[in-house]
Amino acid sequence: MSGMSKIVKTISSIAFPLVTIYGLYIIAHGHLTPGGGFQGGAIVASGCAMILVAYGSVWTMGKIKEKHLSVLESLGAIGFISLALLGLVFGVVFFKNFLMGNEYFFGEIGEGLANINTAGVLPLMNFAVGLKVSVGLFAIVLVMAYATRLKEEK
Amino acid sequence: MIFNIPFIAVAALVLIGLYAVILKPNLIKIVIGITLIESGVNLFLITLAFRQDSIAPIYHGAGSRLMSLPVPHALTLTSIVIGVAVLALMLSLVIHIYRHYGTLDARKIRRLKE
Amino acid sequence: MSTRDVVAVIFLSIVAVFLVFGALMMHPFGEPENPEMDQYIIDNTQGETGADNSVTSVVFDYRGFDTLGEATVLFTAVAGVILIFRRLKK
Repeated sequence: MSGMSKIVKTISSIAFPLVTIYGLYIIAHGHLTPGGGFQGGAIVASGCAMILVAYGSVWTMGKIKEKHLSVLESLGAIGFISLALLGLVFGVVFFKNFLMGNEYFFGEIGEGLANINTAGVLPLMNFAVGLKVSVGLFAIVLVMAYATRLKEEK
Repeated sequence: MIFNIPFIAVAALVLIGLYAVILKPNLIKIVIGITLIESGVNLFLITLAFRQDSIAPIYHGAGSRLMSLPVPHALTLTSIVIGVAVLALMLSLVIHIYRHYGTLDARKIRRLKE
Repeated sequence: MSTRDVVAVIFLSIVAVFLVFGALMMHPFGEPENPEMDQYIIDNTQGETGADNSVTSVVFDYRGFDTLGEATVLFTAVAGVILIFRRLKK
């Protein structure tokens, strides 16, 4: 698909950092407010799809190859699996929450309500799943838009 | 009987989706019908999680009020993501069929070998 | 109307009768049947998991195995879409 006019390109490149920061906020606060990895990943992916629609698929494919996107998605999946297997090493159960309630990994950073280590292994799993979902959905949209372009644009 | 309106809405969504899958010859309309059945099943799952006069199951700023059941919300999240994955694969197969046969009519692509 | 359309309409009407009958015989909207497991999860989320959000603790801690299956399905879908649109360089 070809790009759109100059006004659309300017406005979407202004709005893209705001949408990305909002999506990262929803991923990071997944254990306190409604949200989490899947919802925040969908928001970041729709921000990237807005850039794809505004600038055209040929320009975007020239900047980002899909090999790098699949490497990032595999990193997210490996992180999720390794957090589950570490629960098997430090406890005796698959998927055990091994960072909850003990302080021999990070100590007490911050005290009382400002404690960084809340909810154990849940925020780390949220980051891994958020990376995987956002990069995966953007890769699907990019490949489908590039493969169906018309023949007069090269 | 007037209080079972969400369940009747679920039945209506599944029936309209099933009608589109069986009786329409266009491939894109069949894909839309499958998505409608998926939406009806998601609505049924979150209808089962409601208690009378309850709030969302989150502890921030809630006293000791009644809370909805959290397990059907988690199952609906998984179902929505699986629906997106199936829709992506179906649409890429439709694009591949259109390039090979040149038509989108489901009655003309029934040959199994060339 | 061909004979295939007549058979399809009869089948749809039978399914419609069953679905509407089932929708009217469900429990009243707002009173679930056996909430004991969910009541245990609501009461013990802050003590055992340390999270405020009950839905996140169910998705990642109490039933984390379903999330593993869902991540696998998403990975398979992305791999399938990229595989269909690949052009081999000659």
